Amino acid sequence: MVPSLTDVEQLVKGVQKGDKRSIARTISIIENSEPHAQKIISRLYPKTGKAHVLGITGPPGAGKSTLIEKLVKELRNRGKTVGVVAVDPTSPFSGGAFLGDRVRMQDLSLDPGVYIRSMATRNHPGGLARATKDAARVLDASGKDVVIVETVGAGQSEVDVVKVAHTVLVVLAPGLGDDIQAIKAGQMEIGDIFVVNKADRENADKAMSDVEAMLEMATEKKGWKPLVVKTSALTGEGIAELLERIEDHRKYLKTGAIDERRKETIENELVEALTQKITESIMDELKRKGEWKKLTQKIMFRETDPYSAADKLLAKQRKTIKKR
Amino acid sequence: MSKKEKESKIRVVIAKPGLDSHDRGAKIVARALRDAGMEVIYTGLRQTPEQIVETALQEDVDVIGLSILSGAHMTLFPRTMELLKKKGLNDVLVFAGGIIPQEDIPALKKIGIREVFGPGTPTSTLVEFVKKNSPKRK
Repeated sequence: MVPSLTDVEQLVKGVQKGDKRSIARTISIIENSEPHAQKIISRLYPKTGKAHVLGITGPPGAGKSTLIEKLVKELRNRGKTVGVVAVDPTSPFSGGAFLGDRVRMQDLSLDPGVYIRSMATRNHPGGLARATKDAARVLDASGKDVVIVETVGAGQSEVDVVKVAHTVLVVLAPGLGDDIQAIKAGQMEIGDIFVVNKADRENADKAMSDVEAMLEMATEKKGWKPLVVKTSALTGEGIAELLERIEDHRKYLKTGAIDERRKETIENELVEALTQKITESIMDELKRKGEWKKLTQKIMFRETDPYSAADKLLAKQRKTIKKR
Repeated sequence: MSKKEKESKIRVVIAKPGLDSHDRGAKIVARALRDAGMEVIYTGLRQTPEQIVETALQEDVDVIGLSILSGAHMTLFPRTMELLKKKGLNDVLVFAGGIIPQEDIPALKKIGIREVFGPGTPTSTLVEFVKKNSPKRK
């Protein structure tokens, strides 16, 4: 039977049963911030936390999608079910997006143990869409053993994937830069495992040693020591080894490190949600009363400045809360 | 969950059923729809009807565009439409393009393909068509 696609209870039940249509609809509801989105997330949240979430990031053309196809196949051989959320950029000009990650994952589309969702950033910065984290949660709640989150082809500062994934893979390819690039901050700091893909190409060993040299310079000696794996998504070389290293990292997290990581993520998320809700509630009221426009005009005419205006708004909000 | 960011986009899958490998047309259509603000999922070449329908389902699309130049449309299109129905994706808008003889078009419309676009169709016609006919969902 096709589940009702507007009924929260039915969708929640459908997701937990792993029904693909329910999963698909639920992700859309969250992505579009439809009115019952929050209710669905609240219902699914207790069912999450079982999947191992793998984040895959790296520059455009490094071979992320192709590598994911190979990883998923190998995971399936080992009896694991997999969900994939693949993010591609939204055009800042038209608001549209061309989502092409499925092209590299064609062989997976008919596997009942695999669900793949393409997602546009909708201009959210950081390499992921605003809804990516919750989409990963939906897949987790649907019973997938492993959830893979692929970022947009990322530059140096798209590092949001650390907030979503338990294990972060930074995928690189030979010829992208020298050891100076490898020392830079951002992307090169977030990898638990670095992958030098396209090992079938020239210079793969040079790229390996550049990354290795960078990792050896690390001054932080505690905890997980990031490492490099050489793969070729084309020939399959190194895929099995990469999965072993991912498994090592998963085991390492289980020793307690994951709690530290989770705590930080939860704190960040709570702050984010709170900020958003406070801002919204204040702005809703202001707009309803038509005061928003007056206030922006005052700032425009230099009668006040944005910081003082914000202080006043906050003071006013506190008074209203006290009255209640 | 921000109320301010509430936004819904038309999601389209552009698929190449069958064995021909001419995808320039499909890519031009995908690009035009992207530039019109839609989210376009491209499947790549040589898709079976099963793969296309499964993709449409997982991606929760509103629209499917089928591009074919091999001449196998009278086999692959009915199969695709049948599977869509079977999966409960009745409200998805389906259109087709490529090399499709005029005399085949009535039969294709009868099985639920809303429109067939031939070579030389301006992309603006296509964009208008999709915007006008895409199912309105809550």
